Amino acid sequence: MTKPAPQRKHALPTRLWHWLNAACLIGLFMSGLGISNAHPRLYWGDYGFDRADAWLHLVRFPNWMTIPGHYSLAEARLWHLLIAWPFAFGLLLFMVVSLVNHHFIRDLVTRPREWRWSAIKADIVKHLRLDFRHEGVKFNFLQKASYGAVIFILLPLMIFTGLAMSPGMDANWPWLLDIFFGRQSARSIHFLCAWTLVCFLAVHLVLVLLSGPIGQIRDMITGGT
Amino acid sequence: MKRRSLLAGAGAFLATGCSKLAETGPVSSLLSSVEDWNRGLHDLLGRRTALAREFSSEDISPVFRGNGTTDPQDAAYKAHLAANFALWRLGVTGLVSTPLSLSLDDVRALPQRTQITRHDCVEGWSAIGQWTGPQLAHILEMAGVKPEARFIIFHCADMLNGSAYYESVDLVDAFHPQTIIAHSLNGEPLPVKNGAPLRMRIERQLGYKHAKYLTGIEAVASLADVGAGKGGYWEDRTGYQWYAGI
Repeated sequence: MTKPAPQRKHALPTRLWHWLNAACLIGLFMSGLGISNAHPRLYWGDYGFDRADAWLHLVRFPNWMTIPGHYSLAEARLWHLLIAWPFAFGLLLFMVVSLVNHHFIRDLVTRPREWRWSAIKADIVKHLRLDFRHEGVKFNFLQKASYGAVIFILLPLMIFTGLAMSPGMDANWPWLLDIFFGRQSARSIHFLCAWTLVCFLAVHLVLVLLSGPIGQIRDMITGGT
Repeated sequence: MKRRSLLAGAGAFLATGCSKLAETGPVSSLLSSVEDWNRGLHDLLGRRTALAREFSSEDISPVFRGNGTTDPQDAAYKAHLAANFALWRLGVTGLVSTPLSLSLDDVRALPQRTQITRHDCVEGWSAIGQWTGPQLAHILEMAGVKPEARFIIFHCADMLNGSAYYESVDLVDAFHPQTIIAHSLNGEPLPVKNGAPLRMRIERQLGYKHAKYLTGIEAVASLADVGAGKGGYWEDRTGYQWYAGI
């Protein structure tokens, strides 16, 4: 009898998507900042263009943060709309595969007892002590909650608020405007979610560095055991 | 500070890397084909004939921003403005069986459509206004578009950086019920900054498609011989997408 193939820490589709998504998010963020520079103000509601109506006045993001590395709204839009394709369809494919290969059910679904405050507190304390062991399960509660929020809330919000800014999509899917309370609100939410993802990335990188970065990165490339 | 400069270095590397990549053949053609994919996806997810949302009068923005040319300096335009556009003509030419030359009174005498719509600028801002004017479809039917025509060009009176502004749409957008030639905004004649005396409304596409200071409508078989061949002033110069539905 042949031995079953050893269970990898990260399945191949998870690893492929992880790195594809990382590259897409960096490209989308940098080209997005280039687009933001064309009109660095945010509004709520259906319309907005006046200084007085803005709820947030943004800085002009420097050239080293934008794609392309000089001011060009046309080129920034082309890059943004190009990278949006692998980003959106990569996420869709990852979701389908992760349902089929039970990644979501096995690794990301939380149990009711994990939501008890005492359990969450214990998890936070463990994190603060830089104790990243988790007994038997792949992810601890804070990981499940943050990965779940990114995959099921933040990334889909980026896609749908992005679609809501398209006048052609709005004509066909007017509910996009209803769920986000107007095009300018959708633009604001798009911006807020983008920076929330940057915050996630910062915490994610710090925790990778604190929990043995070489092993973590190796496992996310080779799959680990 | 060191980490910051490392980040800045990495960012600058990506930023300039992408700019260099964009100049190479395959990446440049990839970037230009994105427009076709987006249009294809829009066609797949919905109908190009769907109506843009129409708002109620309470939703109208207190002012409607003017952008691009907001005060044409051309002497002929200034003379028309001084004469209250009494001699302004809108030509309908090209691949039509009956070329037309319409005065503003002719335009106002046609069946009118009034719509309160949201105007989205490529820069990111939006404004809501009430527009009134005849449907382009009606005028094109009067002129009789020949079967070989595939695009409608909009010629404008304003010069931007020394070149005449123009735009174009395909026949789906030209015959769309919300595509109108507006002569009034919020119940008043169009202000100069918003395109007096006539401007296009191409709802469902970004603001640069909505040609202002409209002097002519021309039916053509191909965009190749107009301007630099990409179908519009900004398309020719900066690479804004001709299909501006996204």
